[in-house]
Amino acid sequence: MYYEEPGARESLGLRTPKHEDLFHSHPEYKVERDDAKCIRCLCCVRQCPYETTFYDPMRNVVYDVHSNCVNCKRCEVMCPTQAIEIKKWGCGFRENHHWKFRDYGAAYKQSDTGAVVLTGLGNDNPYMSYFDRMVLDASQVTNPSIDPLREPMELRTYIGRKMENLEDFGKESFQEYPNILAEVPIAFAPMSFGAISLNFQKGMAAAAQELGTFFNTGEGGLHEDLLPYKDNAIVQVASGRFGVSKRYLMNSAACEIKIGQGAKPGIGGHLPGEKVTAEISKTRMIPEGSDAISPAPQHDIYSIEDLRLLIYAIKEATEYTRPVSVKIAAVHNVAAIASGIVRAGADIIVVDGFRGGTGAAPKIIRDHVGIPLEVALAAVDERLRREKIRHMASIIATGGIRSSADVVKAIALGADVVYIGTAAMLSAGCTLCQQCHRGKCAWGITTNRPDLLARLPVEMAKERAINLVKGWSREVKEMLGLMGLNSIESLRGNRLKLRGVGLTKLELETLGIRQAGV
Amino acid sequence: MKLINAKGVYYKQLNEMIRAEIRSGTKEIKVTNVVGQRYIGGGLEDGDVKIHIEGVPGEDLAAFMDGPTLNVRNNAQDGVGNTMNSGKIIVHGMAGDVIGYGMRGGKIYIRDDVGYRVGIHMKGYLDKVPVMVIGGRAGDFFGEYMAGGIVVLLGATTNNSKPIVGDYCAAGMHGGTIYIREEVEDRFLGKEVKKFSLEKKDEKLLTPILNEFLSDLDISLDIFDFSRYIKLIPVSSRPYGRMYVY
Repeated sequence: MYYEEPGARESLGLRTPKHEDLFHSHPEYKVERDDAKCIRCLCCVRQCPYETTFYDPMRNVVYDVHSNCVNCKRCEVMCPTQAIEIKKWGCGFRENHHWKFRDYGAAYKQSDTGAVVLTGLGNDNPYMSYFDRMVLDASQVTNPSIDPLREPMELRTYIGRKMENLEDFGKESFQEYPNILAEVPIAFAPMSFGAISLNFQKGMAAAAQELGTFFNTGEGGLHEDLLPYKDNAIVQVASGRFGVSKRYLMNSAACEIKIGQGAKPGIGGHLPGEKVTAEISKTRMIPEGSDAISPAPQHDIYSIEDLRLLIYAIKEATEYTRPVSVKIAAVHNVAAIASGIVRAGADIIVVDGFRGGTGAAPKIIRDHVGIPLEVALAAVDERLRREKIRHMASIIATGGIRSSADVVKAIALGADVVYIGTAAMLSAGCTLCQQCHRGKCAWGITTNRPDLLARLPVEMAKERAINLVKGWSREVKEMLGLMGLNSIESLRGNRLKLRGVGLTKLELETLGIRQAGV
Repeated sequence: MKLINAKGVYYKQLNEMIRAEIRSGTKEIKVTNVVGQRYIGGGLEDGDVKIHIEGVPGEDLAAFMDGPTLNVRNNAQDGVGNTMNSGKIIVHGMAGDVIGYGMRGGKIYIRDDVGYRVGIHMKGYLDKVPVMVIGGRAGDFFGEYMAGGIVVLLGATTNNSKPIVGDYCAAGMHGGTIYIREEVEDRFLGKEVKKFSLEKKDEKLLTPILNEFLSDLDISLDIFDFSRYIKLIPVSSRPYGRMYVY
C-alpha cells in the first residue's frame, strides 16, 4: 500500500494506512479464478491458510488478497472444477539483471519492520550444481553390465566404525564396534517435531521401519507415539538438549550430535513460543509457549577435544551400544574438521551441503553461507582416505539430494548413505513454497495446527515415502547394474564411475574426478 | 557399602565396575583415589544409588544421570551434571565451567566457586524443577539461556575481591529464577532480565533449599538474611519474538 498525499484517501472515504501497514505489498502471485467454472463450493476459502481467499456472501463473490498468496498450490489442486490457476503477478519491475525480486522484496519487508527476513526450505539461488556437471559411466562390450531384475543386487550398508583388521577375528582382542544396518542407502534427514508435523514424522518413522532404514528425530525429542519405531530412530543431541535424557538416548538405533546445519551454518535454531504446543512441549520437555532456543555453539564444545568429551559422554551413557554421529555443515575447512571429528571418536559423520533445507532460517544466511555438498563430500572422503582413517567412520551426505542420480553420484564421491529431507517432504505433497517457518503449511507437513495436520494422514505419508524410496532404490540398482557393479559398497568412493562435463581443471581436481572423454 | 579403588584404573573400566556393582544390587558405593576419571555416574538411572567419590572426578560427572546421588569429597571439573534429568550431586569444593548444562531436574550443590557458563540452558518442565546452589562465586555467562529451574549464588564460602558474578549474567534468560545473595550492578546483567528484591514466597521457597544445602555439605553459613538477596527473572518467555519478519 502506498502513502498518498494527505487527505487523498479520506476524500474517497478510504482508511488511511496505519504505520504498521506494509509500505509496498506488491503481489508476487495472482489467483486467477474462472468465474464460469466456480460453483461457490468455497473449498479454496477453507483450504487457504495464508488469508488469501475470501467469500463475500452479499455479492456471492469469491475474492482474493493476492499479495498474501505464496503459490502453495493447495487451492489449485483441491478445486473440484479446476477453476483456479495461480499465475505470476504482472510483468514485475523493469528488467534488471542485478536487482532480483529476492533482493528488493526482502529490502521492502525490512524497511517496514527493521527485522531479519526469515525463510524455509533450502538455498534457492542459482549457484552452479556440481551434480548436474557429473555424468555416470556405463559398461559397453569390455565389461558386462548386470541386469538387476534377474541378478542379485545389494543395497545394504552397515553404518558405523569398522574394525582395524580382520586378523584378530574370533580372538579376545578383536574389537567390534556397534553398527546399524540400512537396507537401502537412503535415510530420512533430521527434521524435528515442531519444525515438521507429528503426522509427517510418524509417516517417515513407519516408512523407515518398513524399508529397513532410519529416520532422524532432529533436535526436538522423540514423541511417545514414535517409540514403536525406536529401532529405526537416529536421535539428535543439539545445543538446546531438548528432550534429551538417558531414556531418549537408549530409544534409538544411533545418537547424533548436531553441530551445524547446511541451511544455516554457524547459527543456531529457534522454535518460536507460539509453535510450542502441548504435544511439542511434552516432547521437548519445556513449558508450553516458551521459546525453544538452540544457540549456535554447544557451549560445552569449543574444540575437537571438547567434542570428544560429549561423544564419549553419550557412549558411556549408552554403554557403548550405539554408534555416535556428528553432523556438520559443509564449510570451507570441512575436510580438516571431519578428520578431527573422526579422531574425536565419531562413528558416523554427516556432511550437510549448502542446499540443505531448514524449518526456519534467516534468508540471507540460507542463501549465502556454506559450500556445495559435492565438493565438501569429495574433500572429506579424500582426506579421511589419505589419513587412513576412512574406516573409522561412515559418511552420510545430505543437503539437496533431488533424485536417485544424486544418490549414486554422492556415493561415488565417497558417501556411505544419504539423508533425504526435502525429497521426503515432496513425497508428502510439498510444493516448495518456502513457507515452512510460518507453521501454516497448507499440506500439513510443516505445521502442527490440528486442522492443517489432518490434511496429511500418517498412512498416506508413510505409503508415499515408501514409494519414493522404493522407486529410487530400483533406479539405483539399474544404475549400479549398468556400471557393472552388483553392490552399493563397490560404488562407494568409486570416482572412476564419474566424469565431469564443463568443469575447470581445478574443479575436476577438487572433486577428484576426470574430464568426460578422458 | 562397596569400595572401589580407582587408582590406576582408566575411566572406561572404572565406570564399567560401577555399573556392574549397581547391576548386582549394590546401593552404596565408595570410589577412592579418583584422579580425573571422566563420566562417573554418567547415564545411571537408579534413584536409590549413592556414590561417594574421594579424589577429584573428571569432566562430565553425572552426564545424562537420572536418579542417583553423588557425593564428591573434593573439587570437581567441567561439565558436572550435563543434561541431567534427576538425582543429586554434592561437591565439597570448587567446580569448573559449564555446570548443569541443559539440566532438567535434580539438585547440584557446590560448596565453593564455579567457573564460566554455569547453569546455562537449565530448564524446568512440569514437576521437574532443577535446583543448583553455589556457595562461592561464579564466572561470566552465569545462567545464560536459562529456561527454567532455580539457581542460587551465595558468595558466602570464598572471600576474595572479585565480583560475585561475571559479565553477561542471565543473558538470553527466558525462564526460571536466579537468586544472588549480593547486589549486582546492571552492567553485569543480560538485557533479558529484571532485578527484584525477595518476597515472602521466595523466602519460603529458598529456606528448605538452603537448609538442605548446608546439611548436605555439613557446613554452617550465615545466609538467611533474605534482605541481602536479589532475584533475577526474565522479562519475557519470548526474548526474540520481534526479531524476524516473514
